[in-house]
Amino acid sequence: MTDQPWGAAGPGMGTGDCDEAVHRLYHYLDGQLTPERRADVRRHLDECAPCFKAFDFEAEVRVLIQQRCRDEVPTGLHERIAQAIHHTATTGE
Amino acid sequence: MADRATFADQAMEFMPSLYSAALRMTRNPADAEDLVQETYLKAYRAFASFKEGTNLKAWMYRILTNTFINGYRAKKRRPEESDLDDVEDLYLYRRLGGLEAARTGRSAEEEALEHFTDDTVKAALESLPEPFRMAVLLADVEGFSYKEIADILDTPIGTVMSRLHRGRRRLQKALFEFGVERGLVAPAPAPQS
Repeated sequence: MTDQPWGAAGPGMGTGDCDEAVHRLYHYLDGQLTPERRADVRRHLDECAPCFKAFDFEAEVRVLIQQRCRDEVPTGLHERIAQAIHHTATTGE
Repeated sequence: MADRATFADQAMEFMPSLYSAALRMTRNPADAEDLVQETYLKAYRAFASFKEGTNLKAWMYRILTNTFINGYRAKKRRPEESDLDDVEDLYLYRRLGGLEAARTGRSAEEEALEHFTDDTVKAALESLPEPFRMAVLLADVEGFSYKEIADILDTPIGTVMSRLHRGRRRLQKALFEFGVERGLVAPAPAPQS
């Protein structure tokens, strides 16, 4: 048995086309495929709703990671660095 | 050749992203501040070697990364590089989704993603072993290309890709586990047998 919620028919679990698309998922999202391979993946996504959903989700995860890893610069750090640079500049190294 | 007098004008704008990256690397605010300051001073001193018109942000990240690897990493060296378990593709999607979502066409998975807090995402990223954490940080948080990351880390591009892809899958597992632990997402149903 499988622990995939949709059983054997989900993305990457069905046809060889699904497996191949999922295998290329990161390269596709990173824009690193050749135009031919990119077109192959696109064609598959047009035809295969489960894979399309899965790719869409992966793109959302990418957005999540990009947005949720921001931190505020501590008060004073900017000034401390500006002063350190100024000090280096005026004392010559 | 870059003029030192223009350094601050050009480089200070990168401080928020450099500080965030430093925090993910050191996992410690005091170390992160020191690391960023040291990075700026080194960059300032070396600014004459920066080629105007090339990517200053990538250049700063290269200095940040080298400074971290040569100075800060040694402080808390952990035996963490060897044993990264391989994680399947679509790990998170398969756990956040469900038969019901597939039937109704609702994107329950994408809804579930919204429950992840900043702290959870940061903790999940910080839990990755260092080489994988660096690759994911540079690619997915900072948006550098494979080639830029290879230059920043001074690592072959094939190695970058392999670390990045494995790191991303491992990050999904960490996200799910932290999410369950913190009650943000429902635990996956036990595998049927």
